[in-house]
Amino acid sequence: MLQDTVWLISVILIAAIAAVFLWIAAGAGQKADAEAVQRRAYRLRAGWFWLLVAVIAAATATTLRALPYPDRTPPAVSRVVVRATGAQWAWTIEGPDLVVGKPVEFQVTSTDVNHGFGIYNPALEMVAQTQAMPGYLNRLQLTFTAPGAYHILCLEYCGLVHHQMMTDLVVKPD
Amino acid sequence: MSIPSSVLATGTTRDVSPGIYPGVVAYTAIAVVVLLLLMLLGVVLRLAQAEWLPVPPDLFYEMMTAHGAGMVGIAGLAGAGIMWHFLSRYVRLSQGILIANLVLFLAGVLMILTAIFLGGFGGGWTFLYPLPATSGGVWEAGSAELYLGGLLVIGVGFLLFYLDAGRAIIAEYGTLGAALGWPVLFGRPPARLPEPTVVASTMVTIVNTLGLVSGAAVLAISLINIAVPSFAIDPLLAKNMIYFFGHVFINATIYMTVIAVYEILPGYAGREWKASKPFLWGWTASTAMVLIAYPHHLLMDFVMPKWALIVGQVASYAAGLPVLVVTAYGALTLVYRSGIRWDAASSLLFLSMFGWAAGIVPAIIDATIVVNSVMHNTMWVPGHFHFYLLLGMAAMVFGFMYFLGHDRGAGESLLDQLAVWVFALGGLGFAVVFLYSGKEGVPRRWAVHLAEWVAYDRLASLFALAVTAAVLVFALRFLLRVPRLLAMR
Repeated sequence: MLQDTVWLISVILIAAIAAVFLWIAAGAGQKADAEAVQRRAYRLRAGWFWLLVAVIAAATATTLRALPYPDRTPPAVSRVVVRATGAQWAWTIEGPDLVVGKPVEFQVTSTDVNHGFGIYNPALEMVAQTQAMPGYLNRLQLTFTAPGAYHILCLEYCGLVHHQMMTDLVVKPD
Repeated sequence: MSIPSSVLATGTTRDVSPGIYPGVVAYTAIAVVVLLLLMLLGVVLRLAQAEWLPVPPDLFYEMMTAHGAGMVGIAGLAGAGIMWHFLSRYVRLSQGILIANLVLFLAGVLMILTAIFLGGFGGGWTFLYPLPATSGGVWEAGSAELYLGGLLVIGVGFLLFYLDAGRAIIAEYGTLGAALGWPVLFGRPPARLPEPTVVASTMVTIVNTLGLVSGAAVLAISLINIAVPSFAIDPLLAKNMIYFFGHVFINATIYMTVIAVYEILPGYAGREWKASKPFLWGWTASTAMVLIAYPHHLLMDFVMPKWALIVGQVASYAAGLPVLVVTAYGALTLVYRSGIRWDAASSLLFLSMFGWAAGIVPAIIDATIVVNSVMHNTMWVPGHFHFYLLLGMAAMVFGFMYFLGHDRGAGESLLDQLAVWVFALGGLGFAVVFLYSGKEGVPRRWAVHLAEWVAYDRLASLFALAVTAAVLVFALRFLLRVPRLLAMR
């Protein structure tokens, strides 16, 4: 899961930053010439800056390749269209049966306030999401890779029964 | 003529212990008391999710609304107090406006508390249109109007505060551009090189004026909509305006409180922190990035223009650069082999630099569109902002509190040192549990959690209790010193 990768990267980077701060704090009791420290730090800073720029550029180029936004080009197999409508505090799902491997387009909207249409797999790991907004239709395209009972959870605070605004979605084997 | 950064980086150490205006003491005292109460409210929210404390959903969402609105407001107030305290050394600020802001703030808080706890308003601090007017029969229109009106009153007070700051800065430096150091950056001889405090204050004045105008506009429109439902607004436009305001305002709090680091930490390290060219570039970049990064709150609104969402990701990445390359790096350079003496103030201010720098990591990651599609509105979001607001912004406020009228650690006890460590480790644990819960897909803003998630809530509750206990020590230490601070005028 992408979430595991993201977690690992975060922990490593936060730990690295913590290590640098602890190292500086541990040696702060010693005294060195301020101007010499500053000159060296300024030289290192240029390298640090360009390193970060390179990392950011690489991360940008990598992550912008596969955006979750709707693709206008038709897939090889036509998409199944499912209409998902949020209303305080229930989901209405209308459409044909969902099958593993067959592209789906969820057309998501709301009749009252903002809701969040979050799709979780049977193991309760989030697969995808989009907002459900009154007056707008958000198109979420997805191809399920495993069968089972998926869960739809509301991911935008919508009032008193927000936490119970859930439903299930069955994906059948091919 | 351009000035080399090495020249700009030298100067003389200024005295940082002049008198304290009572208004600043009032801002800080009110801030720490309210902060503590709101932390207790946060503990109750976590205990409820942990199933250790029975809290009905309506009360949970009311408390959640109060916690969110209160924390954002009080962070703004604490930041404004710090900014005013140090900026008033360089420009002539109005004491009347400082007090007017506080009076409007308290009036707004009264309206908000009445709307929430007497009127039952639980629409979330972000008042996402059209939820305030569409409660599903839970609260009345009057409660929503009182809540939105309270936010508007607070916003007007802050707008006055920043307009006065802008006036005073322009009177002293000529233009806001000059106060950001643009003459230095663009090769013209500066009339006066701006101090770090002035640069930061100018940035905040610019972004918050724009943010507050946007917030006030959408609040006014929402109020009209409640009174005249046929007067509707496009929900996507309202969302953009709300998140622009909210994003800018909460980010600006940390850009105000960091002034305490610029002003106080050099005195401890026996070194200087002057506005070098990279420093000025960093703050100019931050001004732009804070304004254009807000679409990262709308990455899951697929009807938004795709270019705007990509700008949101890229600007969020870039916004981390000035912090990592200028401010956090500058703090590390300042402290490195400086012979600094650690006490509560210097420890908390140094910790705040870690909290801000490290908190940027999960923030940037969440602003990545592909990641956001499986992380948005999970606990990862409060995880990242609690990281840099609790261990960053709040640590700066507490460091400032210890510094005010304090003789370099004199009078501190083992309890203060212990409180700093408990705050640091407890805060880290608290934020990390939030992040882990987000990684596991736990949604934010749920009054009741599924059984699979309750263990995380229990662990988070313990960390939250530890942090609150530490902040109680910080608060008591400061409040006991208030009479002496007032006498120092």
